[in-house]
Amino acid sequence: MSFPWAKNYEPQQPLMKWLDERLPLPRLVYNAVGAGYPVPRNLNYFWNFGVLAGVALVIQIVTGIVLAMHYAANAGVAFNSVEHIMRDVNAGWLIRYAHMNGASMFFIVVYLHIFRGLYYGSYKAPREMVWLLGVVIFLLMMATAFMGYVLPWGQMSFWGAQVITGFFSAIPAVGEPIRVWLLGGFAPDNAALNRFFSLHYLLPFVIAGVIILHIWALHIPGSSNPTGIEVKDEQDTVPFHPYYTAKDGVGVGVFLLLFAVLTFFSPNLLGHADNYIAANPLSTPAHIVPEWYFWPFYAILRAFTFNFLWIDAKLWGVIAMFAAIALLFFLPWLDSSPVKSSNYRPLNRIFFWILVVDVLILGYCGKSPAEQPYVFLSQVGAIYYFAHFLIILPIISRIERPLPMPNSITESVLAKHADDASAATA
Amino acid sequence: MVRPLGFLVGLGFIVALLCAIVTTPLTNEPNASHEFHKHPKHLKLASDGLAPHWDKAQLQRGLQVYKEVCSACHSLHLVAFRDIGDLGYTEGQVKTFAKGFQVPSINPDTGEPATRDGLPSDYFPSPYANEVAARAANNNALPPDLSLITKAREGGKDYVYSLLTGFQNPPANLPKELKPGTGLHFNPYFANLNLAMAPPLKDGQVTFADGKPSTVKQMSQDVTAFLVWTAEPKLVKRVWTGWAVFFYLLIFTGLTYMSYRNIWADKKH
Repeated sequence: MSFPWAKNYEPQQPLMKWLDERLPLPRLVYNAVGAGYPVPRNLNYFWNFGVLAGVALVIQIVTGIVLAMHYAANAGVAFNSVEHIMRDVNAGWLIRYAHMNGASMFFIVVYLHIFRGLYYGSYKAPREMVWLLGVVIFLLMMATAFMGYVLPWGQMSFWGAQVITGFFSAIPAVGEPIRVWLLGGFAPDNAALNRFFSLHYLLPFVIAGVIILHIWALHIPGSSNPTGIEVKDEQDTVPFHPYYTAKDGVGVGVFLLLFAVLTFFSPNLLGHADNYIAANPLSTPAHIVPEWYFWPFYAILRAFTFNFLWIDAKLWGVIAMFAAIALLFFLPWLDSSPVKSSNYRPLNRIFFWILVVDVLILGYCGKSPAEQPYVFLSQVGAIYYFAHFLIILPIISRIERPLPMPNSITESVLAKHADDASAATA
Repeated sequence: MVRPLGFLVGLGFIVALLCAIVTTPLTNEPNASHEFHKHPKHLKLASDGLAPHWDKAQLQRGLQVYKEVCSACHSLHLVAFRDIGDLGYTEGQVKTFAKGFQVPSINPDTGEPATRDGLPSDYFPSPYANEVAARAANNNALPPDLSLITKAREGGKDYVYSLLTGFQNPPANLPKELKPGTGLHFNPYFANLNLAMAPPLKDGQVTFADGKPSTVKQMSQDVTAFLVWTAEPKLVKRVWTGWAVFFYLLIFTGLTYMSYRNIWADKKH
C-alpha cells in the first residue's frame, strides 16, 4: 500500500488462493499488519502504544459484553446487579475488575501514545489526518468512559453524571432545556441510566470504526519514526511481520503484567470509595471527583473563578475545558516547524517537558479539593497549557534553529552502531 | 489564519485566568474541625497484603459480634446465610444459623404479611421495615448497610476499626460549635467529629465460644475482619489467582522478549 517495495501477498495453499479471488481478507490483513507493510527500522518502544491501545479496546469490548449479560440497567437494581456480578457470577469479580481497571489501562496507554505523537511530531504533514482521527477517538473514549462510570449507579456515578451534564446548563438561555433533554429528566435517573448504557455499548464499536480509518490514514504515508526523517528507500524499512509483531509482543506482555498487578492486587486503587455507596440524590458527597484520566481537564474547568467580560465563570470553565481538547485539532497548523522529532528541536523540547509537568500538576489539582493552594496552581497550570499550544509553540516553531539531522534513517542507525562499537573498543 | 486566531483565543483564556487569580483569595477559610480530625489507625489482618488468607476463627467471632450487636441497627443486605459457609461452618450449621432469623414472608392462606424461619438462600434481614422506621428509631440518622462498608469509606478497614474504638470525651479545647449536640457522640475519626451512633461496644458484651476475651479492641478487630469479608468475599481468591496470572505472564513476556531478540538479531536498529 505505502511503498513500492512492499511485499505482495501470494497465497500458497489452494484454499487461500480460492479465498483471495473471492474475498481478499487475508490480503487486507497481510498489507495492514503483516509482511506487506514496510515500517521504519528504527522505531523505539514508544511505537508500541498504538497496538497496545487496540489490545486494550478489545479487552474492554470482550469483558464489557460479558458484563452486559449480567448487569441490569435500571436505577432500582443497577447497584445491586454489579454486586451480584462481584459475588454470585462465576469469575464475575474478575471480569468486572478487569473492565474497571481496563478503562484505566486504556487511558494510560492512549496518554503515552499521545505523548509519543507530541514529542516526535507525528501530527505533522503528511500525517495530519491520522492525528485528527486520533483526537476524535480520544473524545469518543472520554464520552464512553464517563458513561461507563455512571452504570454502577454508586454515589460518584450519580453525582458525576449530575456535574458533567450540568456543563450544558452553562450555555445561556437554552442550556437548562438541553440538559433536561439529554438526561430525560430534571436529574439523572432511570431514563439517563438507560440511555447511558445504550450509548456505552454503542460507542466502543464507533471507536473501532474510527480506529480502522486511523490505521488506513496511517498506512498512506507509513509510520513515523524517532528521527522524524521520512523513509527514502527499502533499507530504511523492515516488514511489519515478523519484526514489529515480535516487538509489539514484548509490549503486550509488559502491558498485561501491569494490568494484572492492578486488577488482582489493587483493583480499587484508582477508584473512589464513594462509588461503593448506592446512588442517593438526597446526599451529596463531600468531594465530587472524576476518574483520574479527567483530572487535568477538571482542574482547567475549576480554574475559572471570575466572571470575565459578559461570560460567567462557569461558562468560561466549560468553554476552556472543551477548548483544551479541541485545540489539539489545530495542532498540525499551530506548529509550523518542518522538523518533526523533538530530538532535533532544542527549544521545543524544553517547553514540551514543561507542558508534561504542567499537565501532571493540573492532574494533581483536579484530584484535590477546590481550595488553596490547588486553585492557584490550577490557574497557573491552565495559563501555561493554553499559552503553550496557542502562543509559545507557534512562536518557537518560527524562531527555533534545529540541530543537524542525519540524511536518512539508515544513516542514523549506522551512526548509532558506530558510536556503540567505538565505545566498546575504547 | 489558524495562528493569529489561536493567539487571540489563547490571550482571552489567559486574561480571564489572570483576573481569576487576582480575585481569588490565597488563603482558605479556617476550618477548626480539621485539627481535631484524626487519621485512622492501621489494623493488620490475615486478609491483608500479597499472601492473604481468611482467619476463619476471627471471622466467626466477627459474625457473632455483628449478629449480637451491630445487627440491632445495621442491615447486611448483600450477604446471604449460605455465604457464611465460607467462614468454616458446615451445611447443617448454616441451616441452623439461618433458622435463627425471622425473614419477611406472606401467610400462604390469607396473603397477609407474615414472617418465617430463615433458609440458607435468604439474605440477612434488615432490622427495620423501611428507612422511615430506621430514622425514627435513631434520632433521625440512618444506620448504613454494612455489606460494603470497608470498601465504601476512605481508609477502609482502618477507618471502621478506628471508629469503633475511637469514642472518647470531647477535648477541653474543642470550640463550642463542634461540641456534640443532644444524641450525638464525639469521635475524632468521624468526618464531622460527632455522630449519632452511641459507642456500640463495651468490654465483655459477647461471650466468644473460643474463649477469647471480649475486649472492645478484640471485638472491633473481629467485626472489622468480618466486614472485610462481607465487602469482598472473593478477596483471597483474587490475590492467589493474581499470582498464577502474574507468573504465567512473566514466562510469556520472557519468551516474547527472547523471540524478539532472535528475530532482530541480524538487523541493526
